[in-house]
Amino acid sequence: MEILQGAFHDAISPFALSYVLAAIGLNIHFGYTGLLNFGQAGFVAVGAYAMAVGIASFDIPFVLALLLGILAAVILALILGIPTLKLRGDYLAIVTLAAAEVLRLIFSTSFKDYFHARDGVSGFTATFRSLNPYPDTMTSFATFSRNDLWVMTVGWILVALVCVYLWLLMRSPWGRVLRSIREDEEAVRSLGKNVYWYKMQALILGGVIGAFGGFIGALGLASVQPDSFNADFTFIAFTMLILGGAARILGPVVGAVLFWGALSAIGSLLVQLASGDNPIIPPSMMSTDQASNVRFMVVGLVLMLLMIYRPQGLFGDRKEIALDAR
Amino acid sequence: MQPPSDHRRPRRRRVAPAIAVVVGLLLGLVAWAGVPASAAAPAEGDITFTGTMRNAGEPVPGVEITVTTPDGEEFTGTSDDSGRIQIQVPRVDGEYTVAIDEDTLPDDVGLREGQEAEEKVTPSSLGSVPITFMIGESTRQVQTKWDRVPQLLYQGLLFGIIMAMAALGLSMIFGTTGLTNFSHGELVTFGALIAFLFNSTFGWPFAAAAVVAVVLGGLFGWAQDAGLWRPLRRRGTGLIATMIVSIGLMFFLRNLFQYFTEGRTQNYREYVTPSGYDFLGVTVTTRDLVMAGVSVIAITVVTLALSRTRLGRATRAVADNPALASSTGINVNRVISLVWIVGTALASLAGVFLGFSLGVTFQMGQLVLLLLFAAVTVGGLGSVWGALVGALIIGVLIEMSTLVIPSDLKNAGALMLLIIILLVRPQGLLGRKERVG
Repeated sequence: MEILQGAFHDAISPFALSYVLAAIGLNIHFGYTGLLNFGQAGFVAVGAYAMAVGIASFDIPFVLALLLGILAAVILALILGIPTLKLRGDYLAIVTLAAAEVLRLIFSTSFKDYFHARDGVSGFTATFRSLNPYPDTMTSFATFSRNDLWVMTVGWILVALVCVYLWLLMRSPWGRVLRSIREDEEAVRSLGKNVYWYKMQALILGGVIGAFGGFIGALGLASVQPDSFNADFTFIAFTMLILGGAARILGPVVGAVLFWGALSAIGSLLVQLASGDNPIIPPSMMSTDQASNVRFMVVGLVLMLLMIYRPQGLFGDRKEIALDAR
Repeated sequence: MQPPSDHRRPRRRRVAPAIAVVVGLLLGLVAWAGVPASAAAPAEGDITFTGTMRNAGEPVPGVEITVTTPDGEEFTGTSDDSGRIQIQVPRVDGEYTVAIDEDTLPDDVGLREGQEAEEKVTPSSLGSVPITFMIGESTRQVQTKWDRVPQLLYQGLLFGIIMAMAALGLSMIFGTTGLTNFSHGELVTFGALIAFLFNSTFGWPFAAAAVVAVVLGGLFGWAQDAGLWRPLRRRGTGLIATMIVSIGLMFFLRNLFQYFTEGRTQNYREYVTPSGYDFLGVTVTTRDLVMAGVSVIAITVVTLALSRTRLGRATRAVADNPALASSTGINVNRVISLVWIVGTALASLAGVFLGFSLGVTFQMGQLVLLLLFAAVTVGGLGSVWGALVGALIIGVLIEMSTLVIPSDLKNAGALMLLIIILLVRPQGLLGRKERVG
C-alpha cells in the first residue's frame, strides 16, 4: 500500500510534471514531425534559467520572466534549427545532443554571478507563491505540501490546456502538413509547402512547451541546477513518449505518469526487499544507490524492448511512427 | 545508405532468446567479476588509508595527509623516509574526505595538473584504501601562454590518437550497418573496467589485464551483434528505431557498470605517476609513449587490413552497397560480425588507456561519447581516415582551447566545432556528400 501511495505521489508530483511537458514538446518534434531532437533538456534548461535568473538577479516581474523564458526557447530553436533542419535525422540528433551539453557546461561553469555553477539558482519563487490561493491553514494535503499543491494545480491545468491546443492544432491543415512531412518530405515539397519553415515552427513550438516544463520544474524545486538537464533527461523523456505512444496527444502524459509511477514502485519495492531483519535480497548485493541503478537498468531494458516489439507504445498507431531513416 | 538486410520473412521469435543471451552473458560476466569483492567479509573496526608519496621515483617524506571520517573526526599522518604513509581510522558508514596539505610538499613538487587537494572516498568492504594523490614536478611555475603550446599539442595528440581507436570502431560500425551507436561509449568503459578487474582485483600484471580487456571486448562485440543487432537487421527494424535501441542499451550498461563499481573512481593497481623527461619543452613519459605506440600500431594494422586484405575489401564493399556485396558472394553478416568484433576491441583498448587519464569510472563512456561523435562527424561519418583525422583534430582542439577558455569548458569547444562543421560542410572533412541525404 505504501508503495502504491509513493508511486502515485511521484507520478503526479511537480518533478514528473516537468517531464510531462518536456515529453509533450518532444511529441511535436518526434511524434508529429519526425524530428529527432535529442536536446530537449537544453530547451527545458534555457526556460528554467531565463526565468530564474531574470527574477533572482535582475528582479524583473514574474510574468516578464516567463516571457523571457519563452523567448529564450524560441531563440535556441532558431539557433539549432537553422543549421540542422536540412540534415538527415541522425545528424540532427547528434547536433541537438551536443548543443544541450554545451549549454549544460556553460550553465555549470560560466557566469557564476548569475548561474551560480553547481549550487544552482534559487530565490525566485516569492511572487508565484504569494499567488497561492490555498488557505494558509492548510499545511499539507495528502502527501503534498501547500506549495507543491499550488505548483501541481497550475502545472496540470497547463498540461490540459496544452493538450487541448495541440489536439485542435493537429487536426488543422497545419498539423496535417507536419504529419505529411514525417511521412514523406519530398511529397510535401512538391505541393509547394516550405518544409524547412514548417519544421522550424514545429521545433519552436515543441521547444517552448519544453520551456514550460522548465518553469514548472523550477517552481516545484525552488531551485535550478545545471546537472538536472543532462542528456539523461532527454532520454528519459523519450522513453516516456515511446512508452505512452508517440503521435498521440495523451501519449506522453500517460507515458510520463506511468513511467514515474513504475520507477518509484520498483525503487521502493527493491529497497523493501533489501531491508529489514531478514532481507530477501542480501544487502551485500544491493545498497540503496545500487537499487537506483537497478531501476534505471530496467528503464534501459524497457526502452530497448519497446522499440523492438512495440515501437508504437501503449496507445500509438504503428503506422504513425517515423522510424525509417530518410 | 541502406542497412543490410536478408530478404527473408521477419522472424519474431528469434529476438527474445537472443536478447536473453546477451543480457545473461553480461550479467554472468559481471556477476562473476563481482564475486571476489562481495565475497570478502566486511572488516570490522578500522580502515587503513595507505599510499606512497613519490616524485620521479624518489620518495617524498614529510607530506601531511588528513583523513576526515563521515563523523567529522580528523586523523593526520605524515609520510616517512621511504615516502610511505599509513593512516588508521575507525570504520563509519559514509563518505571519507582525504586531503593533502600542499604546504608540506617540497618547493619543486606539486600536485599534478587537474588534481584536487581533496578527495571524497567511500571505502569498500576491504580494510584498506589506497591514497591516490598524484604528485610530480610542480606545474605551478609561471608560464606564458606560448610556452604551454608544445605541451598542450602533445597532450592533445596523445588524447586524439587514443580516441581515434574508439572513433574508428564507431565509424566502421556506422559505415557497414548505418547504425549511429549511442552505446559505443559504454564499450570504452567496458575495456577500462575489465582491465581494472583483472589488474587490481585479481592482481594480474597490467599488460596481461589489457590483453584480456581487448579480447573480452571483442567477444562482447561479437555477442552484441549476434544476440541483438543481427536479429534486429533480420527483422528489418528501421535505423532510427535501432538507434533508440542503442540508447536503451547505453542506459542499461551504464547503470550496470555503476551498480558494480558503486560509483567510485578508481586507479589501476600499478598506478604510479611516471617520471617524465623533458623533450623540446614537453614532458614526455614512457607510459605515454607506449600507449601512443600501441595505438598507432593498432590503427595501422586495422587500416592496412581494410585496404589490403580480401576481408578488408569485402568490408568496404559491404559499406558501399550491402545488397550488391551480398550478390557477389560476400557473406555480409560475417563481415558485419567481424566489424563489431574489431570495433569493440578497439574501443576497449582505448578505454584501457583512457583509464589512466580519466580514472576508471562508470562515467567514462558518457564523457567520451559526444567527443567521439564530434570526431567522426568532423572527419566524415563512415570514413576511416575521417575518423582518425577527426579524432586528432578534436584531441588537439580540446587541449589547445584551454589557452583561451577555462579548462572546465574545454569539451564545449569540441562540441561547438561539431556544430560549426555541420553548418559549413555537413558531410565532414573527408566524408562523401551522398551520406548526408
